[in-house]
Amino acid sequence: MAAPFSWIRPEPWGIHIVPADIWVDPSRPVPRALVTHGHADHARGGHGETIATPATLAIMELRYRTGASDDSGTVLHKAVPVEYGETIRLPGGVDATYIPAGHVLGSAQILLEHAGERVVITGDYKRAPDPTCAPFEVTPCDIFITEATFGLPVFTHPPIGEEIGKLLEARADNPDTCVLVGAYALGKAQRVIAELRAAGHSDTIWLHGAMEAMCRLYEEHGVALGDLRLVTDAPSKEAMCGAIVVAPPSALNDRWSRRLPDPITAMASGWMRVRARARQRGVELPLVISDHADWNELTRTIKEVNPAETWITHGREEALLRWCALSQRRARALALVGYEDEDD
Amino acid sequence: MEEFASLLDALVYTTSRNRKLALIAAYLRSSPDPDRGWAMAALTGGLDFPAVKSSTIRILMMERVDPVLWALSRDFVGDTAETASLLWPEPEDAAPQPALSLAEVVDRLAALTRATAPKELPALLSRMDAKGRYALIKLATGGMRVGVSARLAKTAFAIAFEVPVEEVEEYWHALAAPYPELFQWAAEGGDPPNLAGVPRFRPFMLAHPLEDGVVDLADYAAEWKWDGIRVQLVRAGGETRVYSRSGDDISATFPELLDLLPIDAVLDGELLVRGVTQGGEAGGAASFNALQQRLGRKTVSKPMLRDYPAFVRLYDVLLLDGTDWRERPWKSRRATLEGLMPRLPESHFDLSQLVEAPDFAALSAIRDTARDEAIEGLMLKHRDSPYVAGRRVGHWFKWKRDPLLIDCVVMYAQRGSGKRSSFYSDYTFGCWDGDPDAGAELLPVGKAYSGFTDAELKKLDKFVRQNTLNRFGPVREVKRELVFEVAFDSVHASKRHKSGLAMRFPRIHRIRWDKPAHEADRVESLRALVKD
Repeated sequence: MAAPFSWIRPEPWGIHIVPADIWVDPSRPVPRALVTHGHADHARGGHGETIATPATLAIMELRYRTGASDDSGTVLHKAVPVEYGETIRLPGGVDATYIPAGHVLGSAQILLEHAGERVVITGDYKRAPDPTCAPFEVTPCDIFITEATFGLPVFTHPPIGEEIGKLLEARADNPDTCVLVGAYALGKAQRVIAELRAAGHSDTIWLHGAMEAMCRLYEEHGVALGDLRLVTDAPSKEAMCGAIVVAPPSALNDRWSRRLPDPITAMASGWMRVRARARQRGVELPLVISDHADWNELTRTIKEVNPAETWITHGREEALLRWCALSQRRARALALVGYEDEDD
Repeated sequence: MEEFASLLDALVYTTSRNRKLALIAAYLRSSPDPDRGWAMAALTGGLDFPAVKSSTIRILMMERVDPVLWALSRDFVGDTAETASLLWPEPEDAAPQPALSLAEVVDRLAALTRATAPKELPALLSRMDAKGRYALIKLATGGMRVGVSARLAKTAFAIAFEVPVEEVEEYWHALAAPYPELFQWAAEGGDPPNLAGVPRFRPFMLAHPLEDGVVDLADYAAEWKWDGIRVQLVRAGGETRVYSRSGDDISATFPELLDLLPIDAVLDGELLVRGVTQGGEAGGAASFNALQQRLGRKTVSKPMLRDYPAFVRLYDVLLLDGTDWRERPWKSRRATLEGLMPRLPESHFDLSQLVEAPDFAALSAIRDTARDEAIEGLMLKHRDSPYVAGRRVGHWFKWKRDPLLIDCVVMYAQRGSGKRSSFYSDYTFGCWDGDPDAGAELLPVGKAYSGFTDAELKKLDKFVRQNTLNRFGPVREVKRELVFEVAFDSVHASKRHKSGLAMRFPRIHRIRWDKPAHEADRVESLRALVKD
């Protein structure tokens, strides 16, 4: 009988499921990978076979041509879809079940079961409601492997309605210019747009070109985003007055923004909770909107899942470790490389 | 308090001066008395609550938050007030309490002592949300740091109530927070504040640059333009104060000037320290660099007073012994000032001498030959000009001597702010530390962000993007290829820079697209221009 949990091993470039020789969210190409969601620090191209939800695979096809066939009809990087709630049997007697994580479209936690032992890998997740993806489900387990992007008690994300309200107010107060919202192109942008629609904003929302394909993908997966147009198709600078424009954060202070009429720079990110972070980026309207769990969600989730042990993959793990110690929970930090979501 | 907290928050995130002005003006118009007066006091740095220090806040937090979590959070956020505002445990079963006004908060803070603060502050903090707590802690510990100068706040006040900013300045320094008389006058249309017997600041008269014009010396008198700081000495009601150009009371910095005026007066002049570089060997003044030793100090040590003795070189009189001379022509004021001089101690006052010349061409020759360090150039004053606040065309001109020039190589570029935030508009440049063809390196000698047109800026921005070697956050290191002809007023020894030199007012004079980098100047050429 092997030592408990010796079948699952954290390595610097991912989590290794030893009996199956399969990796979870590896940061370098491997023969077989389980992928939690489509963000680039978790989903990389070049794996021999990628096992993920259909939406995550669609995102990876868009970004890396995962699952697509080349000119001769050969599929170089195989894609194996798994629905939420579906369990697949991996070699070596390991079962994997995909469970919604509430992070972005297609995002999943992965429950691994082997020899009666249960391990949940969350990938990235949040507990706050999000109209663009299925909500997080609490899954009992022995080892809970969690992220800690916002693992400091200063990070509490307000209800998104408040932040969307600020955005609409800024737009109404400044009819002579436009509001330029920096938002991560996968997930954040679509969530901001969907929440704007839910708040009754039915005008055209203008997009940076880098947003277009992902927005279309979301719509194909049943997330309605309303009337979207590209800024490059705007008839004139003046036509943009009173508009809301969504662009990736890297474009906020880029030459691209010169085509807009002296915009108010907003940014939708959990980091906006800290004034210095907003000022460094020249953000005038910080919107504290994150697709990650905040401090309260992280600690609440650990309490609800109540695992025998918590492993922390990435983020500000020191503070979360300290919290676990103070609340007498076993925990350890995994030194994984390549995970960090600066733009969230 | 809610409105004030929102104002602070909005100011933190606003970089545009006009938007800041609009935000403050809107707050002042919509807020009641005396809240808005306290807000002005806070924005102009006029509030002090000695019972609350940054350490008071830290100790309160330690009693409520795990010290390790506090330290990790404080490190990440980088600001004690902000970290505390975010980590303060909000009471869960708090019965709703009526919101506090800013004035109530100020009253409570003012009533705190070292002994009562640890008990009273928590009660205040627990009544607010994170934004309110941030404003409260910033208010209590001083230093808003929201990028608003006192002058900007007063300008916003003037805009809010459509009154001249010079008048606001004139009353401001004689009144105490929350300035009820000021709001009564500006916002409610009441009488101006009665300030007889108060040694108050009067706004300075300023000069226009004389570009390429010529003036008739029959109409204009010439004086040297001294390189010190402009001050106003005011004696009234038995008290003397020294005001800086911005209207700040700097009396405490120059205590040796406070007991010397024999009668009530308002005098305009240049504050200098004794030395030999400005205006002759005996009774002359030192360079601006020497004066800098004395600036910005709240208390002055005896060695400072001995080594850098200050005096005032007078050039105008606004009020004397109950008479307001501001409407009178310059020539009458000058005669009055000359008549006053014998009554002032020579140790601390002299008269800014007139520069005589038969005609403008001769004056121009005098200006060119006088390379006396720290005489910045000439002032030209119309003999019939009244003393008026601000910059009025045709009365006073400053005729700066031609700048010094040096060829430097661009080394780093940084993005600007506001409208320039998508352009690399701030440049650090250097000179060679030896023969560039024999492996010499560039040493940074200065930084400039002006002196070019919008079209040139576009071209420079393109150059930076196409010649980037490295990126450090908002800064790019560029290939050592482009030469700037840099203009500057003077250069001084400085320990702050690796080159050991610091330029005054460097700006880009010409962009030398044509000049190879190895033909740029060497550090030694710049060092030869130091005259400290």
